[in-house]
Amino acid sequence: MTDTTSPATAAEPLKLTRKDFVSDQEVRWCPGCGDYSILAQTQRVMPEFGYPRENIVFISGIGCSGRTPYYMNTYGFHSIHGRAPTLATGLKIARPDLMVWVITGDGDALSIGGNHILHTMRRNVDVKVVMYNNRIYGLTKGQASPTSEFGKRTKSTPEGTIDQPVVPPSIALAAEATFVARTIDTYSSHIQETLEAAGRHKGSAFLEVLQNCNIFNDGAWRDFTDRDVREDRTIELKHGQPMIFGKERDRGIRLNGTKPEVVTLGNGIEESDLLVHDETDDMLAYILSRMFWPEYPVPIGVFRRVKKPTHHQLVAGQIELVRADKGEGVLRDLLFTSDTWEVS
Amino acid sequence: MTTETDQHPPVPIQELERVTIRFAGDSGDGMQLTGSQFTRTAAVFGNDIATLPDFPAEIRAPAGSLPGVSGFQISFSSADIHTPGDQPDVLVAMNPAALRTNVGDVPPGGAIVVNEDAFTKQNLAKAGYAENPLRDGSLNDFTVFEIPISKLNARALEGLDMSTKQVDLTKNFFALGIMFWLYERSMDPTIKWIEKKFAARPVIAEANLRALKAGYAFGETTEIFHTRNRVKPAHLPAGVYRNITGNEATALGFVAATKLADRELFYGSYPITPASEILHQLSTYKHFGVRTFQAEDEIAAIGSSIGAAFGGALSLTASSGPGIALKGEAMGLAVMVELPLVIVNVQRAGPSTGMPTKTEQSDLLQAMYGRNGDAPMPIVAPATPAECFEMAIEACRLALKYMTPVVFLSDAFLATGSEPWRVPEPSDLPDISVPNHTDAATFHPYDRDPDTLARPWAIPGTPGMEHRIGGLEKADVSGTVSYDPDNHQRMTDLRARKIAGIADDIPELEVFGPAKGDLLILGWGSTYGALRTAAERLGRAGSSVAHAHLRHLNPLPRNTGEVLGNYRRVLIPEMNTGQLRLLIRGRFLVDAVGLNRVRGKPFPVPEVMKAARLLLDEDENR
Repeated sequence: MTDTTSPATAAEPLKLTRKDFVSDQEVRWCPGCGDYSILAQTQRVMPEFGYPRENIVFISGIGCSGRTPYYMNTYGFHSIHGRAPTLATGLKIARPDLMVWVITGDGDALSIGGNHILHTMRRNVDVKVVMYNNRIYGLTKGQASPTSEFGKRTKSTPEGTIDQPVVPPSIALAAEATFVARTIDTYSSHIQETLEAAGRHKGSAFLEVLQNCNIFNDGAWRDFTDRDVREDRTIELKHGQPMIFGKERDRGIRLNGTKPEVVTLGNGIEESDLLVHDETDDMLAYILSRMFWPEYPVPIGVFRRVKKPTHHQLVAGQIELVRADKGEGVLRDLLFTSDTWEVS
Repeated sequence: MTTETDQHPPVPIQELERVTIRFAGDSGDGMQLTGSQFTRTAAVFGNDIATLPDFPAEIRAPAGSLPGVSGFQISFSSADIHTPGDQPDVLVAMNPAALRTNVGDVPPGGAIVVNEDAFTKQNLAKAGYAENPLRDGSLNDFTVFEIPISKLNARALEGLDMSTKQVDLTKNFFALGIMFWLYERSMDPTIKWIEKKFAARPVIAEANLRALKAGYAFGETTEIFHTRNRVKPAHLPAGVYRNITGNEATALGFVAATKLADRELFYGSYPITPASEILHQLSTYKHFGVRTFQAEDEIAAIGSSIGAAFGGALSLTASSGPGIALKGEAMGLAVMVELPLVIVNVQRAGPSTGMPTKTEQSDLLQAMYGRNGDAPMPIVAPATPAECFEMAIEACRLALKYMTPVVFLSDAFLATGSEPWRVPEPSDLPDISVPNHTDAATFHPYDRDPDTLARPWAIPGTPGMEHRIGGLEKADVSGTVSYDPDNHQRMTDLRARKIAGIADDIPELEVFGPAKGDLLILGWGSTYGALRTAAERLGRAGSSVAHAHLRHLNPLPRNTGEVLGNYRRVLIPEMNTGQLRLLIRGRFLVDAVGLNRVRGKPFPVPEVMKAARLLLDEDENR
């Protein structure tokens, strides 16, 4: 299906830089917050798409992530808690020509806004959802979030949370998202790469960014994101490539039945025994989404990327069909139906 | 060849000014369809009409049970009428349960047509009758016509390839045929309707046609009816008319508005009774550029509408009270970001789930104040089903011109009730278009038009005006986030002034009856018909009674205080516990008296007259 309604690229490639996407607003996150890095990479990657600034819209909900639109020199909407995907959906239906981003957090997207994430994904609305996940409510000063680890002691859970955490990529996959990825706030080149992949995807993109809250949940992901351990404790997913990881590139993932297992290459285990990543295989994507430290290296990169008609294409298609069938609507014909009678 | 001797002598014809018929039966008996077919026929004939469907929330309650009874009342007249009538002159009861639940409304001397075949032991038991009411003398006050409708209908359909159950489903058309004969109506509109509706199913079409014609022929040949009734066409103002329900008129009003505003229509909605028909209808208008979106919940419905408004669409969302409660936070957001949006509330009986199919007007204060913070928004309320059309356009006009969310308060009675509507020429409708802001040099997101106080609408895609809006308080003019105390005071005042200023842009409150006098009956919404009828009758009886009906509830028309001051007493009848009365008393310090009924039914005229007389007498005795 050709997409005639996607954001138009300018006739001549636009020569924008990161600075063009920096607004005049002073950034007000806590010093040392992971959001600074995400913002910087977001601004850096925007020129890559070639869209004029005025055709890009950032929509957020409530939480620390919600401030992002103020710092992007594009159109922006800081909406209400959990509801950014609903505004994005309406905007995209009314204005398919715009590139629409949703910036959200673990509480905003998966707690108060859980329903909207589910439905936005299943409709394949062409919006890019970037979820900053710090496993804590930061703006309200430190309560447990839907991704907080079981037993975590917070201000609202002094004896430890008794709720099981959810795994964001598993949720996105279950909701039929056509693009699901994960990245890490401190891994600049990887954020850029995945943000760009999300931006180029036609359809619902869900990108989880593992982000540190140095005030209320410092070291949220440190066990596997710190630079000295990252290569050994994460695995970068690459389409068509065998799943190899580790500083020495000597370990890999193979499948034993339906369960993945970590193996060391050599001693009879060869590259050809390893799982090969396939972004179009949704069974595999779900298996990968269940892998987590310390049992497994944490997968980062694109779990799933498939092509399906987008919501706005389907909307436009139905409108075209009805127009072809009935012709352009004429108000007078609609008002003066065959049931009328005249009084003289 | 027929000969004269085959027919009994023609029955005399009695001329009547007005007749009210109630069709009642099981929810599966097709009473709504029967009623609406009679309505169309009466409308096309030129009578003034008013209808009141009354159906249970259960889709199919157990057959023959009391909760499963569905009714449809139509009043048709040769004179101008405002209500579907309080008491039916004729009750058509298709089973004992329908008789039992409706007989109390029939005045002594009224007529009751029953399907005697349905009065079986089993059905009588389901309706809670120990004795057959057709035999025990309990209906002696009425003229009862016992007709074996099921049997006669089955005989008429003999030979068709249909099951007994399918045959029985057509008996409503037999009953309709009888009523058409009794009131001298042509079968043509219904015949045409059946032929079109069942074009793909010729057997069903044939069955319904045979049922209808057999019913009519039964009227002609039976000798149980001693008179036929004639209700002449009404003298309506010249024009082209059609019969319309409030929900239909609302949907058409919005389609008209999208043309008049020259903007695409976005309609975000979540299914809820009694507002869903608006979604159903608008979803068939894709060729008018209408984009309907069935959202995952009420919040997503309004959220998507706000998103579409940000993008420059004429945006709407609709629901009923419980759904509006869910939308509250987002309505506040729409106030804060000052984007145009129309929020339709087809009110129903509350609180909570309440009585979903029954009417009430108890969401006025919710519309006024049901949000956190000081979040004023205009409220409009149509008074009749047909008026929903022009008020839908009015709601859009205010939203666009003043960059504000607007509440459109309809109710279940308006939504499903119907009346003749004089169809306007599109060229006679107002231009409600507003421009987008396009001049980057003069753009400030919270700058204001000096007359309307509306902020500029700069939509994404416009170069040089990239800006951010949201729920946080905005600095005056610049629109950046502000916690400045003076700014918040100023912005709160500005938001209030903007809405209050609309009073200069809406019609003044019109008064029916004496301009000064003893009593003013003040109302709003669907009580219009009952209040106007009561005022007319009291006026004819020599009382000094006027009626005024508010279509704009926020702001109120600027002469409202003056009108209130022209009468010694003010009576405010409402289908709630006194919500408009609270607003009127609070604003004008007028000692208004309430008449408050929340019975899920439109106001009975006699109750209004009684309350009015009580106030008039009090004054006399003083």
